[in-house]
Amino acid sequence: MTDDMSRYPLTLEGDDAPMVRFQNVTKKYGDLTVLDRLDLDVGAGEMVTIIGPSGSGKTTVLRMLMTLETIDSGVIYVDGEPLTHMERNGRLVRANAAHMRRMRSKIGMCFQHFNLFPHMTALGNCMEGPVQVLGMSKKEAEERALELLDMVGMAEKRDQHPARLSGGQQQRVAIARALAMRPKVMLFDEVTSALDPEVISEVTGVIRALVDQHNLTMLMVTHQMGFAREISDRVCFFFDGSIEEQGTPEMLFDSPEKERTQQFLSAVLEAN
Amino acid sequence: MIGWKWDFTAEILPRLGLATLNTLMAAGGGYAVALVLGLIFALAQRTPFRPLTVVTREVVEFIRSTPLLLQIFFIYYVGPQFGIRLSPWTAGLMAIGLHYAAYLSEVYRGGIEGVPKGQWEAARAINLSTVQTYRRIVIPQALPPALAGIGNYLVGIFKDTPMLSVIGVAELMHAANSIGAEHYRYLEPYTMVGLIFLAISLPTAWLVRRFETAVRRKLGLIK
Repeated sequence: MTDDMSRYPLTLEGDDAPMVRFQNVTKKYGDLTVLDRLDLDVGAGEMVTIIGPSGSGKTTVLRMLMTLETIDSGVIYVDGEPLTHMERNGRLVRANAAHMRRMRSKIGMCFQHFNLFPHMTALGNCMEGPVQVLGMSKKEAEERALELLDMVGMAEKRDQHPARLSGGQQQRVAIARALAMRPKVMLFDEVTSALDPEVISEVTGVIRALVDQHNLTMLMVTHQMGFAREISDRVCFFFDGSIEEQGTPEMLFDSPEKERTQQFLSAVLEAN
Repeated sequence: MIGWKWDFTAEILPRLGLATLNTLMAAGGGYAVALVLGLIFALAQRTPFRPLTVVTREVVEFIRSTPLLLQIFFIYYVGPQFGIRLSPWTAGLMAIGLHYAAYLSEVYRGGIEGVPKGQWEAARAINLSTVQTYRRIVIPQALPPALAGIGNYLVGIFKDTPMLSVIGVAELMHAANSIGAEHYRYLEPYTMVGLIFLAISLPTAWLVRRFETAVRRKLGLIK
């Protein structure tokens, strides 16, 4: 890959530095380009929602940020530092495992299918990371986990295994599990897509509370246009591996400029 | 000559009893080797280091595709030609342990591969290390579905220990052969060997199933 690394800064500094920056990021699966030279900044405390047709690379954006996928070129920065790269002798080289592990601690993620650990209780799921990774005492981790389970309305189910919980309940536990790691950036990957319609509001309610009460930076991929509109500071419409159009929810939903955006939105509205 | 002799049976029973202990030791020892080596084979096939993965894969495939008897002979009789002299016990345990390690590694592998990708991703999202991910998340989930297979091979290895008689390990089959040769009577010794095997295999299989259920329950995977 011929990518001149000298054009990427070693760190992002200054008050206006974004919490997350994708700079010229390309991701390919074989011949298929999933993301094509993506540039995207997310400010500290900002809630950015990504919408778009399937296969447009929305989820890939989150997965790259969680280091579940590698990138082919470009650099991703988190909290002022490169995530996918690290500094060696004044230039950026590919991040090693230790660097990625350190940077990963700033990011939390919730998945479409919850991915709770089935052999642990709700409480156990929320204590696992704090105890194993952050080195908290069991007591401290339990207190913190209970606080978070309470916040998502799941304190009563603390001793239940995931198999005993409904989808909406599992997803709320998953949110608590991610928050227990005290991330600066939270990623929500279609967190309501696998839920029955009547329980979606349980989960959106929790996310809404997070937006209102915490200064978390959030990136969300969703198909729920109403929720995206209500909650986002900014909405990005992805098409074919790049951002076709972005703006405030009002701009994007009420007066989209690009034809593809209009087509997508009218197709989605019709389906609803 | 025809007809079961109870007094002869009673006479040979103590000797068979002692040999049973050797059989159990051979099975237990071989199984211990197989359990550990099998896990190493399974994990080696999952490292990002290609040559190790490929070589392990081939070794496992080779062991699975050749008879245990040949492997026993090979280690015991061909070894000395390369300066590796092993006692019948050591050679026997190595052969049977290696043989069953190859099979067990496939059971482990199946169990590990059966853990959904989302579990690995969730483990990474809370920043667990690779070792922690295996120890805390993957192995506890890979084990219960693999337990049936792991347990079946315990019974399998037990039933294969008679093969060690060919290199002189004094287990049940070996004892029965000696008794038969000394007294020119094979009916009682072989029948008793069969009964002893049955008396151990059946309860073991039953215990394995009980254990599997208990583990699943403990891990909260069944209600």
